Amino acid sequence: MSAYATDVATLARKDVLLELRSRDTLPAMLLFVVSALVVFHFALPADASDRAEIGLFWIALVFTALLGLTRAFAAEREQGLLDGLVLAPVDRSAIWAAKAISVVVFLALAEAVALPAYALFFQPVGWELVAAVVLADVGIASIGALLAAMAAASRSRELLLPLLFLPLAIPAVIGGVGASVAENPASFLGFLALYDAVFAILAWASFEYVVTE
Amino acid sequence: MIRGREIEKRFGDKRVLRGLDFDVPEGGFLLVTGPNGAGKTTLLRLLAGLAAPNAGELEVAVERAHVGFLAHEPLVYRELTALENLDLYGRLYRVPERRERTGMLLERFGLWEARNERAGTYSQGMLQRLALCRTFLHDPALLLLDEPFAALDDQGADLLQDELAGGRTVVVAAHDPARLATLATARLALA
Repeated sequence: MSAYATDVATLARKDVLLELRSRDTLPAMLLFVVSALVVFHFALPADASDRAEIGLFWIALVFTALLGLTRAFAAEREQGLLDGLVLAPVDRSAIWAAKAISVVVFLALAEAVALPAYALFFQPVGWELVAAVVLADVGIASIGALLAAMAAASRSRELLLPLLFLPLAIPAVIGGVGASVAENPASFLGFLALYDAVFAILAWASFEYVVTE
Repeated sequence: MIRGREIEKRFGDKRVLRGLDFDVPEGGFLLVTGPNGAGKTTLLRLLAGLAAPNAGELEVAVERAHVGFLAHEPLVYRELTALENLDLYGRLYRVPERRERTGMLLERFGLWEARNERAGTYSQGMLQRLALCRTFLHDPALLLLDEPFAALDDQGADLLQDELAGGRTVVVAAHDPARLATLATARLALA
């Protein structure tokens, strides 16, 4: 394993261990996504379209991700720890990559509950939806980890993160809904893969400037 | 090893450092003194590369891997144990024989018995000792220390004083410089 991959693995393992110890983020994400789906189930009429149901599912996922991202840099922010990581002789983008991986892990765990809940309340889950969710997770975590780091450095972080993140999550929702309802989901899945690639490269290249003055 | 000329640092309209000139040769010991708000911490952050001066020339001829930085905050995760924190930093700094080095420092700074306790349960003095273990973990060539004696008891302060006499290049910011007066080779008084 390369030095870069070792650093990313070390930092991601730390983030997962912190969550296992503190249990701050994942229970909140699980509770939110299940609650949202229950509310949508009772709010939608019985003859609601597939598009409406899948659209609300994606809205629940995006806000669940936002909840996780809000806490992504909480330990570093509250204890001034970003300085410690930035000073370490590792490529600073490794900090971003590790954070994005931990966000993907938490999102995947939330979705492991959300997808069966969606199947229970609305309609069966097809492979297209699962593939779209996996692809969207990567893009959402990539750009979300960068924006969470930016927001962590700001006093108005609670306001800044949703303002920055939600507009950039719109393509993920469009791709996710499209892949689930379109005749040919491949084009929407390709769109999501492109979204992942563009935002991952953008975040990887710019993270260093976000965490240094 | 360190050369600063006409260093200036501003935060918005507030000028924190103005026209600072200093040199620290290899093995030198610069003691930075001054009242609260004089810019001691800001100067250390500039030297660590955590911030950039607005004007002037600053050269620090040491790679990031060889800098040990002790900040106001201990820079350790409160949810992790002392061992886990030092293991994390040891991996990131690629410390050879990480476990042996970690054990030696924890014993030296009197934290061995508490090594498996979460840092969040430590007293301020223990946190400062853990922060010192983190700072010395990779055997840095350049030490940047911000109020290193804060919260340390006499025994801890004596241990630190012994470590500082080890011939490294050191820049220390301190309110009360009495303990460091004999070690300092140069002084920089900030107003």
